[in-house]
Amino acid sequence: MKRVFLLLTAAATLLLSACSDETTHSRGVYMLLDTSGTYTKELDKAQQIINFVLAKLQPGDSFAVARIKTGSFSEKDIIARVTFDGQPSRANLQKRQFREEIDKFVAGVKPSAYTDITGGLLQAVEYLDEKSPGRKTVLIFSDMKEELAAGYVREAIPLQMQGFEVVALNVSKLRSDNIDPREYTDRLAYWRQRVEAGGGTWRVLNDLERLEALFID
Amino acid sequence: MSFADIFLLVPASPLLSGLIWLVVAVGLLYLARPAAHLAIAAASRLLHHACKLAARSVMLAEQRLKQRNNEVLLAAGREAAERIIEREFERIDASVRRDLAEYPALQRQMSEAITRLEQDYHDSSEVPPEPPAWAKVVDAVAKIAPKEPVVGEILQDIHDSMVRAQRAAIEQYRNDNSKRHRILSRMMPLWRRVAQVLGEMDKRVNRLLERSTAIDRHMTSYEDILNRSPRAERMLSSSSLTQFFIAGFVLAIAIGGAVINFHLIARPMQEMVGGSSYIMGYKAANIAALVIILVEVAMGLFLMESLRITRLFPVIAALDDRLRVRMIWVAFAFLLALASIESGLAFMREKLSQDDASLVASLVGQGEAGAVAANLWITTAAQMGMGFILPFALVFVAIPLESFIHSSRTVLGLLAQGLLQLLAFLLRLTGNVFRHGGNMLIRLYDLLIFLPLWLEERLRARGKPAEMAVTDDAVATEGRS
Repeated sequence: MKRVFLLLTAAATLLLSACSDETTHSRGVYMLLDTSGTYTKELDKAQQIINFVLAKLQPGDSFAVARIKTGSFSEKDIIARVTFDGQPSRANLQKRQFREEIDKFVAGVKPSAYTDITGGLLQAVEYLDEKSPGRKTVLIFSDMKEELAAGYVREAIPLQMQGFEVVALNVSKLRSDNIDPREYTDRLAYWRQRVEAGGGTWRVLNDLERLEALFID
Repeated sequence: MSFADIFLLVPASPLLSGLIWLVVAVGLLYLARPAAHLAIAAASRLLHHACKLAARSVMLAEQRLKQRNNEVLLAAGREAAERIIEREFERIDASVRRDLAEYPALQRQMSEAITRLEQDYHDSSEVPPEPPAWAKVVDAVAKIAPKEPVVGEILQDIHDSMVRAQRAAIEQYRNDNSKRHRILSRMMPLWRRVAQVLGEMDKRVNRLLERSTAIDRHMTSYEDILNRSPRAERMLSSSSLTQFFIAGFVLAIAIGGAVINFHLIARPMQEMVGGSSYIMGYKAANIAALVIILVEVAMGLFLMESLRITRLFPVIAALDDRLRVRMIWVAFAFLLALASIESGLAFMREKLSQDDASLVASLVGQGEAGAVAANLWITTAAQMGMGFILPFALVFVAIPLESFIHSSRTVLGLLAQGLLQLLAFLLRLTGNVFRHGGNMLIRLYDLLIFLPLWLEERLRARGKPAEMAVTDDAVATEGRS
């Protein structure tokens, strides 16, 4: 009798563990912050977005914020990263700590000379693939103008972005864009093409009042 | 070769080709007319009979279902009537035990009261005063010669003595009367007591009579059910439908309560089982909350079953009384524990909500304290109260659930019966459509070849007089010969 009970318990445990899945319903968000030149002045907006994302993410979700600078394909450029605990109270605590780290970074950030967006994207793909959440989102807070230092190879690298959703946020217009708006549209078209060629989806969200759109499934 | 090549018999004129095809087709149809008529009629007859047969089978199935429904209905009604009669007998038993158990005491009280009354009655009887002995003496003295002076004196003495005795006797008589009145007045409460006891007994007996009248009424219904009278079937059917809708309505209310209960505990459950695990696509916390509610409902069912209020599980009803009472306590203990857990979870929910509100407030720059509302304890207490009460409220789901299950058997049966009747009607209708459709197709066929038919009729009409003349000649020849 005892053996039968043990067998039944084991079978039920196996069945439940086979049925239970934590990753497919979770969401992974990786946010790239452009810290080049004058864009550092826009970081207060980035903070708003980070706070918004923090408020929306649920226990079990992952979130990382990384900076875009001269060479961004590096884990060292990740400012803060977290996978929220299953317990809501613990997750709230983690969110508070995360916000403090971001505040600390924004307070002491120094502008970089170049903008390696591709490197940042590659790092984002690597990070999110490792976490393998159900939904992968990369937020890019940048003017999307890539400026690479001499010797950095990025152009020929194809992006592997199957299942990724890339959202460009607050893509501000440069002075040159005002002179020739085609530059702006060409820039966005270029990134769209690269992301979609890699199998991902591309969106631009400039109106920060509509951040809710980020979390509409 | 395309269709156009086949169709265009005269390459230059599609109209002429069409006409040729029409003539050919009409000619072919005319030639095939008798066979086509037979085929159409046979097909329509076949389909008509098939539909009729199917309709009959469906009606037979409907009859069987109706019989089965009646069986179910009567069985359910019999069970319900038996239960009611059983309860009535239990009540009578309790009443007899309670009221008539005191009957010997009442009888003793009555006998005592009556004995005392009898005693008092004897005590109060009037004793006639004895006639004074002086009367005889007076008679004797009166017979002595009247001129004797001594006699006068004696008589005067006797007179005085008699007056005195008379006074004493009157006094004695008054005293005795007064005593009797006192005794009689003492009898009054005893009479009242006797009247009261008799009234009480009358009331109790009347109560028993009322119960017996109710039992008579229930027994009549029960006999009706046993005799399968149409009246009983009608009453049971209508009662079953009413029960179904009432029970459904109460169950809907209970489901509303369960949903509220679920929302109270689903969020804090994440603290226990984690908010990020899923089981078969559903959050584990939600499933855990649902399981708790279902366990509460199950415990409620066991409690109601053990209390013999519902009879969904015959095994529990048949349990030994001691075991049943133990089961009542166990189910109640589980419910109490679950209610306490829910109350705690409701408290946790409020704390989590506060924490969330505080976090969001800090994220939007209002500061941690900005979100804490005043009088928050009221909602916390209300949620905790609801968390504690709702499990007990869910216990009573067992009663409408039992009614719903029992009545749904009848209602589903009636519904299936109605569907079968509808199906039989549709099959009969289809059969008739096939039969009359066959006739209509034959007419349409003739309409398509009306020209050759008309010509045939004309030719026949022309040939008829000649035929008739030949026939007349033959008759005349036969007559002559």
